[in-house]
Amino acid sequence: METILDHVIAKYNYWIYVVLMMIGFYAMIGKRNLVKKLLGMNIFQTAIILFFISSGAKKGGSIPILDKYAALQGQVDVNQVVNPLPHVLMLTAIVVGVSVTGVALAVMLRIYRKYGTLEEDEILHKIENE
Amino acid sequence: MRISVQETRDRIPQRDIILESTVRLMVPFIQLYGLYVIVHGHYSPGGGFQGGVVLGASVILFALAFGLPASKHYLSEGGDILLANAGALIYTGIATLCALLGGMFLDYSALAKILPIDPISWRSHGIFLVEVGVGMGVMAIMVSIYWDMASAGRLDEGL
Amino acid sequence: MKPLALLATLITGALLLYGTADFAAWGDPQSPPNSNISVRYVEQAVKETHVPNIVTAVLGDYRGYDTMFELVVIYSAGMAVMGILRRRED
Repeated sequence: METILDHVIAKYNYWIYVVLMMIGFYAMIGKRNLVKKLLGMNIFQTAIILFFISSGAKKGGSIPILDKYAALQGQVDVNQVVNPLPHVLMLTAIVVGVSVTGVALAVMLRIYRKYGTLEEDEILHKIENE
Repeated sequence: MRISVQETRDRIPQRDIILESTVRLMVPFIQLYGLYVIVHGHYSPGGGFQGGVVLGASVILFALAFGLPASKHYLSEGGDILLANAGALIYTGIATLCALLGGMFLDYSALAKILPIDPISWRSHGIFLVEVGVGMGVMAIMVSIYWDMASAGRLDEGL
Repeated sequence: MKPLALLATLITGALLLYGTADFAAWGDPQSPPNSNISVRYVEQAVKETHVPNIVTAVLGDYRGYDTMFELVVIYSAGMAVMGILRRRED
């Protein structure tokens, strides 16, 4: 039965990413300005990307770029090469995050043009009193 | 104090000689580096998305230093949209071509019917061709998003 | 509103931290993400595609479908920004 200290020392990277995730989550739901909510979403996404990439690390492993002639002739030792699959999936995730940020900022420009403010309680007030 | 949008449009932008000479010197080298990152995706970290973003960043730097109308003279609006469409069409075109020539969709070894090279080498060349398409598309879209947001849709003057 | 958000954040954080007890240790070569299909990708990628960079081989060849729709996503984001922000010259 492992103690709490064993858990923390073996997996402290996951704890750090959970803290970062919760900072982003609080910014998304606790702040009133729309730009701050968007920044919270970006922090949340960064934490998820870091979490995925750290789940593929191997102790003593090097980057997944092999020497072509050595790999064509001999065997590749899987335990010396870091898992390449999370890297591939996170490239897609980063690009999706950039797209969502771009469209969200464009929508915010339109909201500012129409209502003159970016605080969500003022916007709700103006919508209800139209 | 609140500044209205009209006041920011009435301000006359001043030319700064240090900024202009430095940026004019840097932009070709940034583009060369972006092209290097795209082409060396097989042998070092890099590839289509990364190189495309670096290329787009070079045009955005030019637009920040010289003004948005000057960057529209550098890379025209029609040319930008043409690059984006060409990038997406290259990727899907190569994928459909593989399917039309008898293989599966995105099976690059079926392209050996056009040019008689070893099918395994065609996989390597096929990856390179689609990365070029991805790079072109990403560069064009980064520039287009910057132009739209910096001028709030009008594309006459920006940041 | 803000104390309620803080409470929700702390409860979610505690649940997630409790969930990390099941994860494999950092750097374990035998953890489940490292053992199923990435073993095949690492061993066979250079023989089957002649590309030394395994990340590019997986992104361009084994998972080429995902990359194609990735390009479509970023293209449609550009079109969406154009559609939201541009106005007709009336």
